[in-house]
Amino acid sequence: MQPIKKYVSSVWQALFGDPVRAFGVVSLILLLALAIAPAKEHFSQWHSYQRKYIALIHDRGDAVSLRRRFVPGIHQIWLPELGVVDRCTTCHLGLKEASLSDVSQQPFRKHPAVPHSLDAFGCVICHGGQGQATTVVEAHHSERAGEEPILPTRYIEAGCGQCHQNALSGTPKLNLGRTMLTRYGCVHCHAITRPDGSKVEATDHPPSLVHIADKTTREWIFSWLKDPQAYAASTTMPNYKLSDSDATDISAYLVSSSSPKAGDTVAADAKAAANADPAAGPSLYGESFCASCHAVQNAAGNLVGGDLGPELTRLGNKAKPEWLTAWLANPRVYDSTTPMPHYRFTPAQIATLAAFLQAKSDSDYGSGVHLAAASPQQISHGRKLIVELGCTACHEINGVQKPENFAPDLSAIGSKPLAQIVFLPGMEHSLPSYIAAKIRQPRAFGSSVKMPQFALTATQTDAVTTALLALTARGRSMPDNLRVAVVPETNYQPAGHAGKLITELACFSCHRFNGRGGDMAPDLSWEGSSVQRPWLTDFLHNPNTLRPSLIRRMPRFNLSDSDNKELTDYLLTVYQSPAIDSDLVPAAASSADAVEHGRQLFYSKYACQACHIVDTKADKGYIGPTLTQVGSRLTAGWVYAWLKNPQALRPGTTEPNQNLSDEDARALTVFLMSLKSSPGRGAK
Amino acid sequence: MITRMTARTTFRVTATVAILSLAMLAGCKHSAPPNAGLKPTAQGTALVESSGGHQVSATGTAVTDPLVVQVNDDRGIAVPGALVEFHGPPGVSFDPSGILTDSSGQASTTVTLGAIAGRYQLTAVTPGKANPASLDIVETALGYQQRAGSILADKYCSRCHDPESSPERVSNYDNLEVKPHPFADGNTLNKMSDADLTSVILHGGPALNRSALMPSYGSTLSSSDVKALIAYTRAVSDPPYQPPGTIYARK
Repeated sequence: MQPIKKYVSSVWQALFGDPVRAFGVVSLILLLALAIAPAKEHFSQWHSYQRKYIALIHDRGDAVSLRRRFVPGIHQIWLPELGVVDRCTTCHLGLKEASLSDVSQQPFRKHPAVPHSLDAFGCVICHGGQGQATTVVEAHHSERAGEEPILPTRYIEAGCGQCHQNALSGTPKLNLGRTMLTRYGCVHCHAITRPDGSKVEATDHPPSLVHIADKTTREWIFSWLKDPQAYAASTTMPNYKLSDSDATDISAYLVSSSSPKAGDTVAADAKAAANADPAAGPSLYGESFCASCHAVQNAAGNLVGGDLGPELTRLGNKAKPEWLTAWLANPRVYDSTTPMPHYRFTPAQIATLAAFLQAKSDSDYGSGVHLAAASPQQISHGRKLIVELGCTACHEINGVQKPENFAPDLSAIGSKPLAQIVFLPGMEHSLPSYIAAKIRQPRAFGSSVKMPQFALTATQTDAVTTALLALTARGRSMPDNLRVAVVPETNYQPAGHAGKLITELACFSCHRFNGRGGDMAPDLSWEGSSVQRPWLTDFLHNPNTLRPSLIRRMPRFNLSDSDNKELTDYLLTVYQSPAIDSDLVPAAASSADAVEHGRQLFYSKYACQACHIVDTKADKGYIGPTLTQVGSRLTAGWVYAWLKNPQALRPGTTEPNQNLSDEDARALTVFLMSLKSSPGRGAK
Repeated sequence: MITRMTARTTFRVTATVAILSLAMLAGCKHSAPPNAGLKPTAQGTALVESSGGHQVSATGTAVTDPLVVQVNDDRGIAVPGALVEFHGPPGVSFDPSGILTDSSGQASTTVTLGAIAGRYQLTAVTPGKANPASLDIVETALGYQQRAGSILADKYCSRCHDPESSPERVSNYDNLEVKPHPFADGNTLNKMSDADLTSVILHGGPALNRSALMPSYGSTLSSSDVKALIAYTRAVSDPPYQPPGTIYARK
């Protein structure tokens, strides 16, 4: 004890022994204390990055101008109306330097070209992260409550989706993800409300199971429930990983609750069936362009055909023959809202097509399934399972209500705090990896998770994750003027008998009219201004090939003459464009010189033959519609208006607007209108 | 004197051992084989690319098709059970990064490109009997603007400019009397300046005394569309495009 005391007092004596020395020591301590702040700044992370930047540009040829633009100190983008305080540019010094495009060392890379300016939007709005932070860890990886880590590059399109609710051409991944949310049934269970308050609506068509026993057998339902992808690889129905007994019980309830419907099963016409030519099946399937909507697996295992309707590879295993016959005769008897057209097949055609489709079966599929008659306990257990699993969120089932808010609301899933997430062992602790893992294998998160297993590719999982990450709290708090709303589908419905025909023929499945309908075929909102009556009548009777490069084409419906006339009248009268001068008849239509002048323009100046065929022997253009008989098909007013500005008539058409002068457009119109069909050929 | 010497020497020895062991530790950490669990049963002498090279994808995403390479022996026969490791610049990830060749001698991996747009030089390595054999593969990552260009090219350009034809999408290339240049045709397009390409796109072939079969897109595409298209052609061009830029003398 004694030596320590002695030591302390000697140190005290040495430092503060006399007033002058004490003054000196105190001054020294004060000086050191004053130096702490500058030293802290000097050794800060951002300062070291700024020194590295100076070293980087030092050796470059344009060092002088780069150094002139460099401002030392903390930089900040402050946008009060957006809530942006971004100091990212303190370290990311080369973001706006065009000449640094060859630098790949972060944080000095030039920002890639994007449509928004950094000064107007800052960084965090798109990328996430903490804008105010001035260290890498805090800015990029902070996980504290209310803070979000930076968005990984593979999901960067989620940043766009916060404001852009519509489909942008530059964000294919986000667009695919959003389509999948509506097409794969996600929004049947999970409600998603957009920032503007509109709800994301499902676009799929889950079949009603109210009359299911008319359509298929209990054994098929069992096999389907066990593994939907085993029946149809492309189906959007997820796998609920049901046990054999659960699948048996659900099939028991579905069949026992199914109510028969008059007319949805008919015995095949025996005479027609006997006369059905099996060889005619494939060609009728082809002629009817079933493959535009339905896919079939070919021998190589590839799906061939569209995805609008269900895959037909093993239809024979599923459909009862009487049901299939009735369905082909008129699908609207069984399902009044189906997107499938009413083809008006003849009994012979129905027999041929039914036999062809029924033969699409796999003898191994469901061969081991034999179900005993169901007991009442099984049926009531089946109903209980249906309620628990939420089957009625998608499908209509007798005796079970559609549940409300069956699964968690996902409107702000992109801002879900990490503290609320239970991660799996070994998993990266981030929201994107959680969402992706949940989509990939929902049941890995516990046996009580009801979410089924979806069959998605890696690209699809990525896309859905991107679309979900776009649903952020920031997106909801954004000022209204920055938000780009989605254009909602109209509920346009044509009137009268023709309107009924348009519904029956399911024109909306492929064509668009006044903002409603599909995009497989041309928008017909202005068809009445576009085509001539005789051509339209012929085309509805027997659609010929207009665009040789397309594999999806208009099918042939067996319309009666009176229905055809009704539909032609309606299309020609109602779908008129005010922009088309319907009276435009080229004054010099008959002048051979004018036609020749137009021909010269067509072949030499504008080289239209690159894409269009006028002379079937000489021209080979394969992209645009064939124009050999365009003078009998289109109206002069439409041709002229189209030549002047194709995009104004059909937004998004690939035909370039060549900015033609009025004279050239008129001369080309004269030439094109001179291309009439010969009477014999046109009537075919 | 002697004691001091010993002390100093001891210190030196300790320091050397410490530094060496640290270096070894660091070295071990660096060179530890990532695929320690894989036991190759055979070794080949050459690597060839089967498929999956020269693909184009967006930054930070996986390329569409897996990268498949084949290990051959010195007679050119496929070797099953050989180890193949994939390497790439920082930011690139492989799933898996090391794999044994299958019964047909092939090794397949999914490549996810980094966040930076540009060409990625990847390497596949197989230990080999005497010397390791390696193979260079190039994949391209497109940034926002370049990908916007690729989407526009798909819509407006590639029906004629891409000679590849498929039943789903028939190419018009063969139907044209004057053949368009594929966008990857670096030998021709690299010689053309951005201004030349812009004027051909805006005003059509005749602007540069070329074929009128190339129509003008000046009233159809915006100037940012045209920039995006040019950025895309530059990104996929083969041989790679070197931007002219101002050449400064190095200090």
